[in-house]
Amino acid sequence: MEHPSTFAGCREADQDWYDLFSRGARDWLRHNEKVRRAVRDKLPEVLANADVLGGDRSRTVKVPVRFLEHCRFRLRDADEMLGAGQGDVKPGDQLAAPGQQQGDDQGEGGNNEGGVQLLLELKIDDIVEWLWEELQLPNLQSKTGATQDDDYRREGWSRRGVRSRLDRRRSLKESLKRRAVDPDGPAFTDEDLRFRQLVMRRQPATQAVVFFAMDVSSSMRDRDRQLAKTFFFWVVEGLRRQYARLELVFIAHTVKAWEFDESEFFQVRGSGGTVASSAFSLVRDTIAGRYDPARYNIYLFYGSDGENFKDDHEAAEASLREIATLASFVGYVETPATEERALDSETGGIFRTVADEGRAVGSYALTTNESVWDAIRAFFREHVAAEAG
Amino acid sequence: MAGTIETYGRKIEDLARAQGLDFYPVQFEEVPDSFMMEVAVYGLPVRMPHWSFGVRYIYQLIQHRMGHSRLFEVVFPGNPGRAYLAKGNSVQENTLVVAHVLGHADFSKHNELFRRSQQEVGYRIVDQAAGHARQIAAAMEEHGQERVEQILDAALALEAHIDAFKGLRRERYPEFVEEQLIDDDTFRQRFHRLPGDERPAPQHEPKKRASLPLQPERDLLWFIAQYAPDLEGWERDIFLAVREESFYFYPVFACQIMNEGWASYWHARLLREADFIPQNEYLDAIKTHSDVVRPHAADRQASLSINPYHLGFCMWESIIDNLGMEKAMQIRAQDDDFGFIRNYLTAELAEELKLFRYKASNDGAVEVVDREINALRDAILAPKYSFGAPAIAVRHVEADGTLHLVHEHGTDGRGLDFKRSEKVLDYLHRVWRRPVKLDTVDARGEGRTLRTPAE
Repeated sequence: MEHPSTFAGCREADQDWYDLFSRGARDWLRHNEKVRRAVRDKLPEVLANADVLGGDRSRTVKVPVRFLEHCRFRLRDADEMLGAGQGDVKPGDQLAAPGQQQGDDQGEGGNNEGGVQLLLELKIDDIVEWLWEELQLPNLQSKTGATQDDDYRREGWSRRGVRSRLDRRRSLKESLKRRAVDPDGPAFTDEDLRFRQLVMRRQPATQAVVFFAMDVSSSMRDRDRQLAKTFFFWVVEGLRRQYARLELVFIAHTVKAWEFDESEFFQVRGSGGTVASSAFSLVRDTIAGRYDPARYNIYLFYGSDGENFKDDHEAAEASLREIATLASFVGYVETPATEERALDSETGGIFRTVADEGRAVGSYALTTNESVWDAIRAFFREHVAAEAG
Repeated sequence: MAGTIETYGRKIEDLARAQGLDFYPVQFEEVPDSFMMEVAVYGLPVRMPHWSFGVRYIYQLIQHRMGHSRLFEVVFPGNPGRAYLAKGNSVQENTLVVAHVLGHADFSKHNELFRRSQQEVGYRIVDQAAGHARQIAAAMEEHGQERVEQILDAALALEAHIDAFKGLRRERYPEFVEEQLIDDDTFRQRFHRLPGDERPAPQHEPKKRASLPLQPERDLLWFIAQYAPDLEGWERDIFLAVREESFYFYPVFACQIMNEGWASYWHARLLREADFIPQNEYLDAIKTHSDVVRPHAADRQASLSINPYHLGFCMWESIIDNLGMEKAMQIRAQDDDFGFIRNYLTAELAEELKLFRYKASNDGAVEVVDREINALRDAILAPKYSFGAPAIAVRHVEADGTLHLVHEHGTDGRGLDFKRSEKVLDYLHRVWRRPVKLDTVDARGEGRTLRTPAE
């Protein structure tokens, strides 16, 4: 029997439209976009759980997230499920013992995550951006006032100058003006040339120094350091938006204070008692020696569990007051043992006294990961308020 | 010298027709592995975009990389049928695949479920699905990705909830119902016409507004598309596009054992009889065959699932041996997996295949229960009813527009997973735009109503 051939042959090459893009990859990217947004909605938890202060200064945070599940109606898991299998067994045989995971031939991939985890890489800049949106804060403005820099800036035009500062647009304009009056004149003359002119002017300072001081006496636990560290990190990232140059100084203290570099700072472990004034004095001396308050915006953050020698009260208060008069903002983060007694401590009292004198001083209690988020929020709100005031 | 797939393909086709197979033309296309993988994820070569496919794609990609799955072919019924072969396959593998595809093509031309589905959905599902994809891409362009996604979240979550037996094209319910007259049926009418039993002419009652729906409605996609209070035209179209694809998928799902078995039977038989294939190439091809239809991984004593290729293959062999080819052709035309397993999976065959029933406890223990044939058939078929989805129906639309769903937990034997079901109700709520509630039962069998928005 004659019949038209079914087997039209294997087409290829002429129809490789599917090579142009991958639908799977497209939908996968869309999934990731949704995850990103879900993460953003839960930023506090993410911030708190992510180890944002990894050793390297990469500008991203890696956050482990679960895949989104597109839900369907499904029966609840039963205590016992019946199924059909195939193989050389007899009734009563135990194919798996309690507690043992079942083999991988249980159905197809489906919604089973199969141990795959998505590591979402978030840009720290994006997180800070979200943070700003969430707080509904205006972008911080560089403040003008006490802190000033002298620098050259462009201002006006001159008829003479070096070639690199020639303003072609402006020069052409001059040429057109001249030729409007004298249509037969040459295209360009030396008289047409205009050069950008630089002058020395006072400008608002765009640099800042942030002091992080921390009590590393034996009463500070690892958890306390971790909380303080997370807080410090986000504060720096927030301030980076404001200043072109940001310098960081790390100071740890027990009864004495030392300056450390960043990598060592969070590892430092001291023993013995706590004399806060030692740290404050070192901050004050460092400012005097290296950071002219006329040219730097100064920030101090001090982390402690709130304990301090009673005898140190006056010295600590006095040196803190001195710093507060120079600084744009002073923050105190306390990691109290219990939430109830938060900020109701010896050190807390010192900061409160100075704050009550009208200085830009804020105090924050860090008890849980979530409270870090609250503290960051509170800091930026107060900071903006202090700027405005 | 080895033949090419073209020459083998044509010869295999002639052989298939000589053996009595009958099929629409099939367009074959060789495609890269990546394409095969996407088809496995989407079920269709070009399908509407949705993020959930992205998740499945990644799992598939990982599995593929780890060598868990290898896809030899995909075939789409229709006139012409479409089949895709993996470019990476050897000529021997693809010769077998062509034979296999022709088995599928014969099956889908003759099987009643496939025939009806194709009459309703159409004979060019690949192009139709691509059309849906374009339509949805255009909707995204016009209404924004978020809004379209909202519709797809709901529609795709209800993908399994169609009523295949009521058909794709359905009229809306009548708006009014006549008062039910008891003497509607002819026997009563004749009874009343007996002498001496005059009865007053039936009075015409005023028309009564029909309750919505008239009976519990299982086709949730249809019901929502038709009756959602505020659904816009383009949103309804998306619902109907998803529903149409579900109607296409239904026979594929409901005849999987028969269909894969039939295709495997025929590829084995056609290869055996293909004297134009040199001996060494035949051995390579038949090796591929035994990989596909083996009951379970060779290094395992037993498997907790049944390979539908193997089960179907063995059942067809036994049917053809015992009942003859004519009867087999009739079965492939008339049955689906439910009839097939109930009628033709005999106790002897089940024993020969070493099928068993097991009990898996949620502490991880798995115990072999028995080999009783009826229970075994139930266990094989249980996950196959209506795409394996729970039995959920629309009970009523209340006066305030609340959509009242009911889970027929008696049929399913237990209640729903609350967390996921609530999420689905959330998807629905964004489309129905009135409250949505669902009756089911909790772990102790006590009634429980899930609501969105929560009260």
